[in-house]
Amino acid sequence: MSILIDGKSRVIVQGITGRDGAFHAAQMADYGTKVVGGVTPGKGGQVTEGIPVFDSCHKAVAETGVDVSIIFVPANFAMDAMCEAADAGIKLVVAVSEGVPTLDVMKAVKFLDEKGAKLIGPNSPGLISPGKAKVGILPGNIFKTGSVGLISRSGTLTYEIVDALTRGGLGQSTCIGIGGDPIVGLHYLELLEMFEADPETEAVALIGEIGGDAEEKAARFIAEKMTKPVVAFIAGRTAPPGKRMGHAGAIISSGSGTAEEKIRAFAKAGVCVADEPSQMADLIRTKLNI
Amino acid sequence: MKIHEYQAKEIFAEYGIPIPGNDVCRTVEEVVKIYKSTSGMAAIKAQVLVGGRGKAGGVKLARTLEDAEKHANAILGMEIKGLTVEKVLVYEALEIVSEFYVGFTTDRNTKSVMMMASAEGGVEIEVVAKEAPEKIIKLPIDPRYGLMDFQARNVAMELLGDVKLARKAASIFQKLYRCYIELDSSLTEINPLVLTPEDELIALDAKMNFDDNALYRHPQIEAMREVSPDEAKEISAKEMGLSYIKLDGEIGCMVNGAGLAMATMDIIKLYGGSPANFLDIGGSSNPEKVIEAMNILLSDDNVKVVMINIFGGITRCDDVARGLSKALDMLNVDLPVVVRLSGTNAEEGLSILSQKNLITAESMGEAARKAIELAK
Repeated sequence: MSILIDGKSRVIVQGITGRDGAFHAAQMADYGTKVVGGVTPGKGGQVTEGIPVFDSCHKAVAETGVDVSIIFVPANFAMDAMCEAADAGIKLVVAVSEGVPTLDVMKAVKFLDEKGAKLIGPNSPGLISPGKAKVGILPGNIFKTGSVGLISRSGTLTYEIVDALTRGGLGQSTCIGIGGDPIVGLHYLELLEMFEADPETEAVALIGEIGGDAEEKAARFIAEKMTKPVVAFIAGRTAPPGKRMGHAGAIISSGSGTAEEKIRAFAKAGVCVADEPSQMADLIRTKLNI
Repeated sequence: MKIHEYQAKEIFAEYGIPIPGNDVCRTVEEVVKIYKSTSGMAAIKAQVLVGGRGKAGGVKLARTLEDAEKHANAILGMEIKGLTVEKVLVYEALEIVSEFYVGFTTDRNTKSVMMMASAEGGVEIEVVAKEAPEKIIKLPIDPRYGLMDFQARNVAMELLGDVKLARKAASIFQKLYRCYIELDSSLTEINPLVLTPEDELIALDAKMNFDDNALYRHPQIEAMREVSPDEAKEISAKEMGLSYIKLDGEIGCMVNGAGLAMATMDIIKLYGGSPANFLDIGGSSNPEKVIEAMNILLSDDNVKVVMINIFGGITRCDDVARGLSKALDMLNVDLPVVVRLSGTNAEEGLSILSQKNLITAESMGEAARKAIELAK
C-alpha cells in the first residue's frame, strides 16, 4: 500500500507539449508510471514522447480513463487547468506550476472541493510511491520502497533528506511535496490522516518551514490523533522577518510564522525535531526501535 | 509588494472611499505650506515601507506653525527600522468620535479571503488578536462570490449599531473589498476608520500589500514600486531567475532550491558561523546563472568564504559543475570556495571541478564546518 498513487494510477500530463511537460512525461513513464495521455488544447491527435495528446481533459478521460492529472502549464493558465481536470472527473490533480496568483489558487481549491477532487500544489514537486509510480519532477533514483511516509513544503530539501533516509536503509511508502505557496491543496492534516490509515506506513517525516501556522496545527493533530511516530525538520531558523525566502509562503509576517514557534509546538506534542537534515534517519530509527 | 500609505489612499480615493487630504511633502517648507492651508491642526506622518511608524516617532500632530516645522524637521530624514524617511504625508487632523478597524487578507487556513473588523481601531490589530481575539469579527469570504451585501451589512451593524451609519460603513467595506480583489492584494486595511462628529466615516490610515505572483496583471501597481538599496539587489537577482536575500554574516551561500537554501543558512548558524545571504539558484544549471550568483556573492564585502551546496535531482551535478567551472574561469575569485555536490552525477561533477582551486565536502554539515573554519 501507499497513499494517493500506486502502480495502477493512470496519469495524464496537462501541458505535455511544453519543454518541462514533455521532459517529465518521459521521466515519469521511465519510472514506470502509467502515463496514458497528455493535454494541450489545439494539439489533439499528436504524439509526444510516445504519448497521445488530447485537446481537453474531458477527451482524455473519455478515451483513456484517468485517475490523476499533473499540470505543467504556465502560472497564468494554471487555475483554468486545475478546474478543467476536476470538471472532467479526475480525482487527483497535481500542480507543478510555480508563481500562480493566490486568488487563482483560492478559486481552484474551492472548485476542486466541490467536484470532490484532491489538489496537490501548486508550486509542488509532485509525489512518488517508490517502486510503483511517480507523478512529479522528483528524481526517482534516490527513493526506495519502504515504510516511511514523507510530507514536505520543499523540493531539494526533500531530496536531501530522502537520500539520507535511503542510504540509511529507510525506504519510503509515499513522499509528497505539498508546494511552497501560502495556499495549497492537501496539507499536513489530510496527509497525516492518510498515513495513519495506511498499513504500509510505520513512521512519518514532516519537513516544514517558516510562514503560517500549519506546523502548529499539525503538532496538535499529531498529539491528539496519531499513533505512528512523526519526526520533523523546520527550515528557516535564521530567516529574517518580513522577507519571502524563495517560496511565496515562506515568510515571517508580523512576528508570527517563526521556526521557533513551530519547533516549540512540535516539542510540546512529543514530536522530535531534527537540528539538521542528516539527523532525520537516526530519529526515525530510534522511534521505530530499529 | 508593499506601497506607501499615500499611495494606498490614492487607490482608496479612486474606489470612492473617503480619505482626508493626501499631500505628500519632501521638505520642511512644503510641510509648512500645507500646514498653513489647514485650520491649525495637522497630522504629519512618515511614509516608509515598514510598520511601527508611530512608535518610532514618525507620526505627529502639529497644533502650531512652530510644531509643524519642528516635527517636519524631526521626521524628514529620520531612520525607521533601517529606512530613511524621505517623504511625509500632511493632512488636516479630524475630530474623532470613534475608531474602527477593517481589513481583508489572505487566510491560509480557510483558504479564503478573510474579512476582519473590530471596534478596537487605531491600535495594532495583531495585539488585539493576541490579547482579546473576541473583539475581532472574522468572516471568511469565497472569492468566487465576493463579499455579499448581507455580509457587509451584518458586520457593519455589529460594529456601529445604527442603521444609517451601518449603511455607510457597509458601502465602504464593499469598496475596500473591490480594492483587494480587483488588484490582487494580499492585505488591504483601514486602521483606523474614524467616525467624525458629522457622522462621516473616513479612512484615516491605509495599508495595501500585493501578491507578487499576480503583479504581472497589474502594471499600474508595479509602477508604484519603490526599492531600497538592498531590495534593488534582490530585484536584479530575481530578473536573472535567482532568489537572493542579503543578511549580515560572512559565509556567502549558493544553493539550489529554497528549502535547502534555508537549511544551509541554518546549519551554518547551528555550527557557530554566520550566513551572509539566502541565495537559491533554482533548478537550472545555466552557467550564466551561476556566474551571476557568484557575482552577487563577491559584491558583498562581508563575504569571506563562499559555500556552494547543490543536491542534484533532475538538475544534474555535472551540469552545475560545468557552469561553476565556467564562472570560476571568467571571474577573479580570490576567496576560498567550499563545494558540496551530492545526488545525480555528483562524481562526474566533482571530477570536472578537480582542476579548480576548490575545497570539496561530502555533506552539507562538512561543507559548513569547513566554511566556518576558513572564515575565521
